[in-house]
Amino acid sequence: MATTASIHAHAAPQGFIRKYIFSLDHKVIGLQYYFLALTAVFVGMFLSLLMRIHLIWPQVSLPLVGEIKPETYLSLLTMHGTIMVFFVLTTAPQGGFGNYFLPIQVGAPDMAFPVLNMLSFWTTFIAFVTIIAAFFVTGGAPLHGWTGYAPLSALPNSGPGEQLGADLWVASIALFCIASLMGALNFITTTLDLRAKGMTLMRMPLTCWSWFITAILGLLAFGVLLSAGILLLLDRNLGTSFYVPLVVVNGQVMGHKGGSPLLWQHLFWFFGHPEVYIAILPGMGVTSQVISTFSRKPIFGYKAMAYALMAIGLLGFMVWGHHMFMSGMSPYSAFAFSIMTMAIGVPSAIKTFNWLGTLWGGRIRLQTPMLFAIGFVSLFVSGGLSGPFLAQPVLDIPLHDTYFVVGHFHLIMGVAAIFGIFAATYYWFPKMFGRMMNERLGQIHFFITLAGTYAIFMPMHYLGLAGQTRRYSQFTEVAYQTKLIPLQTFMTYAAFVTIGVQLVFLFNLFWSMFKGPKASDNPWEATTLEWTTATPPPHDNFGGRTPVVYHGPYEYGVPGAARDYIMQTDPATVPSH
Amino acid sequence: MSDVAVQHGVAAAGVYEPSLFGTYSKKIGMWLFLLSDSLTFGALLFAYSYGRISTPNWPTPFHSESIRNATLMTAFLLTSSLTMVLAVRAAVFGNAKAQRWWLLATMACGTAFVILHGREWSKLIAEGLTLPMFPAVPGHEAAAEYKNVAETVPQFPATFFGLTGMHMLHVTLGVIYLGIIALRKKFIPVLLGLWLVAWLATPDYSPFHYGAHVLLISAVVAAIVLWLRPKVYDSADVEVAGLYWHFVDLVWMFIFPLVYLMSTRIIRS
Repeated sequence: MATTASIHAHAAPQGFIRKYIFSLDHKVIGLQYYFLALTAVFVGMFLSLLMRIHLIWPQVSLPLVGEIKPETYLSLLTMHGTIMVFFVLTTAPQGGFGNYFLPIQVGAPDMAFPVLNMLSFWTTFIAFVTIIAAFFVTGGAPLHGWTGYAPLSALPNSGPGEQLGADLWVASIALFCIASLMGALNFITTTLDLRAKGMTLMRMPLTCWSWFITAILGLLAFGVLLSAGILLLLDRNLGTSFYVPLVVVNGQVMGHKGGSPLLWQHLFWFFGHPEVYIAILPGMGVTSQVISTFSRKPIFGYKAMAYALMAIGLLGFMVWGHHMFMSGMSPYSAFAFSIMTMAIGVPSAIKTFNWLGTLWGGRIRLQTPMLFAIGFVSLFVSGGLSGPFLAQPVLDIPLHDTYFVVGHFHLIMGVAAIFGIFAATYYWFPKMFGRMMNERLGQIHFFITLAGTYAIFMPMHYLGLAGQTRRYSQFTEVAYQTKLIPLQTFMTYAAFVTIGVQLVFLFNLFWSMFKGPKASDNPWEATTLEWTTATPPPHDNFGGRTPVVYHGPYEYGVPGAARDYIMQTDPATVPSH
Repeated sequence: MSDVAVQHGVAAAGVYEPSLFGTYSKKIGMWLFLLSDSLTFGALLFAYSYGRISTPNWPTPFHSESIRNATLMTAFLLTSSLTMVLAVRAAVFGNAKAQRWWLLATMACGTAFVILHGREWSKLIAEGLTLPMFPAVPGHEAAAEYKNVAETVPQFPATFFGLTGMHMLHVTLGVIYLGIIALRKKFIPVLLGLWLVAWLATPDYSPFHYGAHVLLISAVVAAIVLWLRPKVYDSADVEVAGLYWHFVDLVWMFIFPLVYLMSTRIIRS
């Protein structure tokens, strides 16, 4: 037992099924999550493309898809949001990269509970299949938005997609909750229990901190959404009235009474706001890691960064009401939620200034991961600055149902988180696949994507201020909104270009996987544990040994050191600096 | 040793940093699960309170028969916590035979709880305290009182069935969990047998006719897990299963007063 080799749980698996399907290896599971998210992101992107086409050419009938009716538009909107939030933004950074790199970065041979890890992935997979199935059932996909507001979501006859499609939607979300809970407790236990000797909490890379905090958020938030989903299923299928007051649909009195749509909103947003941080925190971690590595400087204010993550996580549970200012809540509650929301600006600003402080005076290497990390900071600031506006009820109420909010959350939790995923992909690709990605294609991908996202989402702020309503499938019938269509046209063309350049990324990814130049064990000259092991890492991560850690994660540019950087496992003493 | 996690008693092997509270990983994992599950139940209790507070004249229809039955159920659950503690004690002392018997006793108490609860559900449904889309029970005259409650305050049966149903699911999964710990692979055929009995023995208008499939799904998941990890469980597994069991017991200590005792019909003579 005391030998390090026997620590590793399971022998290297034999046979295709044990190796690739029911694999217990966190690295294989991480890749499974990653490719699931990759599939999901292209589905989600395709849906958004259909929406953008419909907004400017409402009459056009597309091959395969057919004519897009207003209710089809709402289905596209719902499925785009749900797939992107759950199966991309939650799945890729946490399930994908977290699974692959958390154990390696803390020096563990695997996650704490490999079987649970496997079950977690396959439950996510079943959830994905379930939600995709909603497209193909009678009535089609649901149209209640990714937020699933009752009573629209609770009444099967409230719209064409609200029959079986909506049931599949709720079932998928409930399964996803269960999968995320299993994943979250695994992440937390791994971080707390399986850190190699010397890897104290305050020596963990900030990526580990972000996965750890994200897992805590997931553990506390998804349990509540699970309950909300179960009650929604009861309302839909057993006729209970948790979320449904006495309502009349198409002149027909429904058999429900006594429930409250606000109950759904409270339960949903108690999950929904932490979910925003579940999407963005891993991106922050990756950004910190990449910016420090490619500036060849220790991260500015490591402890402040870790504490800021905790503060964001904690405050994230106290602000769900700011999604509900429109619901007519008491001004006193709104005031409290508003204050808490603006307080989140403080740790967010700490993080931003620390990233800038890290860049300041660094010997910056502008390789693709670094470009995307800087892009993350840019989008985080641009998207974040509209936050304090929306945090105030007096401004939120006129802006809430406009494109302003759409622009805000797409910049900050959509594209910023996606940039975090891109930075992570370019950064860790050599370790995962043993080859380098093409630098030139990466730069083309970055610059066009950055310009493209700003071209798509910045105009949304102006549209919102001009009063253009969100969720409308077309604007041709409303006089003042018609005048705004040229800007929508511009955004659609920008979307064509931005989505087109993602194919460059896809090509780069798969081409480099097989044809890229071979990567060394530590191509970025980084210091954390994943770069001390072979490429790609062996089954037990460190080839039968458990590393011993002597330093913090960002010992770059150490004065008096032999090299520009000192690995975490290097026993050499570091002169204080 | 068959798990990567820090094991019972070997946490300080010198390879890793000391674990949280010096305990083993499975225990931490279970506590984390319970934390999350308490939020799941917390949300349900919030929904219950929300419905109850916003409904004027919340009905209090349960008479002594219901309360007697629920008290008996509570007694079974409390007894099961005692037998669970004895199972953990036997496991710690390495007494495999006693451990198995105490686990089986715990499962028996849990099963008795579920069966009593199921009978009560069926009776209430037959008497009219039902959800709108539960199928009608043929050949039963709905009692005017319960029927009236279900029609005037639909929140009452909704929260009743929602909360107790979720708890019943937890007890059922707990019995299966203990069965796997106690009997391992041998429990799978037992579980499949129970599924068939529960499915075939309940009439198709009973919610348990469909609910029985939980047993089938559990059998499939358990089979996959046991196939991947065909190991002998140790005392740590018994202790961790005990944590879950006591938690489910604790949740009932909230549900019993909130759902039953606070809805008792009080007759002033």
